[in-house]
Amino acid sequence: MIEIEGLTKAYDGHVVVDGVSLTIPRGGLTGIIGPNGAGKSTLLGLIARLLAADRGTVAVDGLNVATTPGEELSRRLSVLKQDNSIAARLTVRDLVAFGRYPHSRGRLGEADQAMIGRALSYLGLEPIADRFLDELSGGQRQRAYVAMVLAQDTDYMLFDEPLASLDIRHAVSMMHLLRDASRRFGKAVVVVLHDIDIAGNFSDRIIGMKDGRVVCHGSAGEVMTGANLTAIYDIPISAHRLDGQFVTTYALPEGAAGA
Amino acid sequence: MPHDHALSAVPSRFGLKAALRRPAVVLSLLALAVLVVAVAFMTVGVKGNWEFALAFRGRKLLAICVVASAIAISTVIFQTIAGNRILTPSIMGFDALYALLQTSFVFFLGSARLASVDSRLLFAVETAAMLAFSLALYRWLFLGARRGLQVLLLVGVVFGLLFRGTMVLLQRIIDPNEFVVLQDRLFASFNGVAPDLLGIATLVIVAVSLVLWRLRGRLDVLLLGRDQAINLGLDYRRTVSLILILVSLQVCVATALVGPLNGFEPVSFFGLLVANVAYLLVPGFRHAHVLVGAALIGILLLAGGQLVLEQMLGFGSAVGIVTEFVGGILFIVMLLRGMAR
Repeated sequence: MIEIEGLTKAYDGHVVVDGVSLTIPRGGLTGIIGPNGAGKSTLLGLIARLLAADRGTVAVDGLNVATTPGEELSRRLSVLKQDNSIAARLTVRDLVAFGRYPHSRGRLGEADQAMIGRALSYLGLEPIADRFLDELSGGQRQRAYVAMVLAQDTDYMLFDEPLASLDIRHAVSMMHLLRDASRRFGKAVVVVLHDIDIAGNFSDRIIGMKDGRVVCHGSAGEVMTGANLTAIYDIPISAHRLDGQFVTTYALPEGAAGA
Repeated sequence: MPHDHALSAVPSRFGLKAALRRPAVVLSLLALAVLVVAVAFMTVGVKGNWEFALAFRGRKLLAICVVASAIAISTVIFQTIAGNRILTPSIMGFDALYALLQTSFVFFLGSARLASVDSRLLFAVETAAMLAFSLALYRWLFLGARRGLQVLLLVGVVFGLLFRGTMVLLQRIIDPNEFVVLQDRLFASFNGVAPDLLGIATLVIVAVSLVLWRLRGRLDVLLLGRDQAINLGLDYRRTVSLILILVSLQVCVATALVGPLNGFEPVSFFGLLVANVAYLLVPGFRHAHVLVGAALIGILLLAGGQLVLEQMLGFGSAVGIVTEFVGGILFIVMLLRGMAR
């Protein structure tokens, strides 16, 4: 369980995360949605101890992330931020192997190798496992990083917009994969998402943020209403069910093709 | 790039090209080359008293090995932490600071009084002053708010200019006789290294290198950048602070031992050249291999350069000029090709 209590973070007096209190249970996929600048990524960074909070606490399985040794946390919680660039030349396999560092301290055993192999095959990276990262497309690189996080094999996995450089096919298969991981292995997956429909259809729970505060928090069915989404994004949005899926629509200018 | 990058235990293809993808092969070849150069360095062109020549050249060779590997290792690690392959301690104003310190010593103490001070004490003071400065600067750069490469480069250039400007001012108003003494102190020289200082410096640099060697796994993790290093469980602040202290210590001791490698200019490209040749020649990313490779390449370049230019071509102390020329071209090429990011 991730327990967040009165979490606040400001940059130069500008409050980005404003007194957020939340509980994210273990297991299941939690989507975080909200407009640009709502504080989604900052919240994720605070949970993952990449940023220091000004006020408030985050506890993962009862361990305060600000005071628990990083080594211990790295076996329970993993995070993938949006932009990752590496000056050195690594192959996909090298990168995924780094995911085992918290467990192996750089000496890979048989169990580690098996885990690396599993993560590679899970993301369909075996054919390009020995290629260098800088020779890959953005989407392939993104999948390599996700494989690294899977190899880290933590109970809590945080992703900051993992779909950013993926086309719809890879985006949907990535969400299937993350949801599958949360279901099958009982992992808690927390994902910052931009696409409301994807968030609605793949999340067990959704956290809606705006101006650094949590506007609504609940099951996908509870959050995916026109009123809630309109409140989060400040434009008229209506939510529909179509063949069992959430579909959102927004107001078009008059005379536009869809109207 | 072809797809057969496998560095597996059994090479899939034989021949030189496949062998050069194995770190052990490349490092062995480099070590062999260093050995050949070292023997040549000790023996080529010796006339007269062999005992004296061997002792003199042995000290010089040791100084070269210590300085070259210290600069090579510290540059590679500095670049790992900086997350790019273009910043080096020298580019961040290090050599200019050394020159300023030397100038200040002569200016404020006077060469006569300076000569009476114990050289080991002076060495310690120089090292401590540079360490204090570099730590303050590096911690601010790497542990404060995140800054772009352009800002870091600019900060380095501005500090370099500040130090050099202050130095030139002091040199303008200094006594001309003192200036001659100062000039002598400022040129990098492997000839004039005092034996007792060489011993201390060797000890410090070997000790620091051993500690860095133990940190090689963590250095590999640092290649992934701050966020991933924290994610994988490194105590980032502590690790980076420790590594910066060690790197600064190496650069300080090396610079205090022989002076900045190129004399007056505020930028030395020797570290940049050595580190980037190492990235190019040594396969893989592991610091265990790259650091050893960089140290060997550094020794090869300095010792080999001295050998060829001094003994064979009779050009005196021109090695610095050659490494600056080649390194400077590399720097420009890297900037133009956008490798700095």
